[in-house]
Amino acid sequence: MCKCTDLSHQDVRKFIRLKALKSIPAIMQDLEWGSSGGCAACRPALNYYLVAEWPGEYVDDGQSRFINERVHANIQKDGTYSVVPRMFGGMTTPDELRAIADAADKYNVPSVHVTGGQRIDLLGVQKEDLPAMWADLNAAGMVSGHAYAKGLRTVKTCVGKDHCRFGTQDSTGLGIKLEKALWGAWSPHKFKLAVSGCPRNCAEATCKDFGIICVDSGYKLLVGGAAGMDLRETELLGTVETEADALEHCAAFYQLYRENAQYLHRPYKWIAEVGLDWVIEQIMDNAENRAALADRFFFSQSFYQTDPWAERAQGGEAHEFTPMADLTQVAAE
Amino acid sequence: MSNFIDIGALGDIPQQGARLVKTAAGCIAIFRTVEDKVFALDDKCPHKGGPLSNGIQHGEAVTCPLHNWVFDLNTGAAQGADVGQVQTYPVKVENGRVLIDKNSIATKAAAA
Repeated sequence: MCKCTDLSHQDVRKFIRLKALKSIPAIMQDLEWGSSGGCAACRPALNYYLVAEWPGEYVDDGQSRFINERVHANIQKDGTYSVVPRMFGGMTTPDELRAIADAADKYNVPSVHVTGGQRIDLLGVQKEDLPAMWADLNAAGMVSGHAYAKGLRTVKTCVGKDHCRFGTQDSTGLGIKLEKALWGAWSPHKFKLAVSGCPRNCAEATCKDFGIICVDSGYKLLVGGAAGMDLRETELLGTVETEADALEHCAAFYQLYRENAQYLHRPYKWIAEVGLDWVIEQIMDNAENRAALADRFFFSQSFYQTDPWAERAQGGEAHEFTPMADLTQVAAE
Repeated sequence: MSNFIDIGALGDIPQQGARLVKTAAGCIAIFRTVEDKVFALDDKCPHKGGPLSNGIQHGEAVTCPLHNWVFDLNTGAAQGADVGQVQTYPVKVENGRVLIDKNSIATKAAAA
């Protein structure tokens, strides 16, 4: 796993389950960690495994998270942060855009960028300004986009059959439903989705961790795509007939990945290890297992689907955002 | 001569975390280990200026959040293959309060 232990990621996860280990110190003591307090590689992995294994019980260890997940913003090269509000299914409103523009003015945001995930990135925010800026965005009804998270990122969509002459289903509506169901979830690595309304695939669903291509007869479910360090085309998980089925299969797939993949492995890496056939067996061929996976996912969501910005805008984790002391006037004696 | 002044309670800093002290010559990061030892270092990685207070702390070391350089909190020296040095400041805990040497901060400010 790292230099602190000879155990593999899979061994550690197995012991967390079997021995009901529920904290990082408990894991390190029971599994005889070789270092005092772990390292920057193992601590975030252990924190994730505990988050995934014991929803509602485990108390998240912020100091074992990378700074982006600790302060819910992306650190930039100059130590400032970027802020990305969630736009469900890539949809926004004039009111949201006005609130984003107002926040950009008020906090002197030097750069406003449109991301590939169909939302807006406010770059160059001072760390001390984050809670107040989040409060303003919250007041306009927006929540964190988790653009920094090893977790649910975006659900990219095309406009679908409401507008497009080729659209076969309501791809935008399904994207919004998926994002509303999945946001806030943590996973071994980032998890991106897209829903395209027809095989022309304007939402680029074939390079996402989970993609859907709508067809006249239903929904083609695609998994294991990526367009990052590696470029991977999705493979077909299966085809379903209804939106409700698509949602359940997606939640079940995400949960299977959350429960089994090694920390920092995207789904394509995990599928290469376990085999697509096994994933299809677990999700498509076994309705009972699929429903149980989806149930476990939504049980976990009942704890994790909270807006981290709202918690901090209301004063949570204040130590992250305010200095301890101001000695700018100090002179020697 | 050292001249220690109070900058707050030990409990103000999370274990394995850090808080900032503002000075006229930039921020100093005050680290607290899991054993409640405290260390004070410039909040600036010598590599690309990363804020070390935002790094992951482990043992008596911190990993810079920008490019993963690791620094010994005792000496401020970069570990492993990287070569670099962060300035450290005298700091101590007495009766649950964190004290830092005011003169070393004034010297730093005067030199800036």
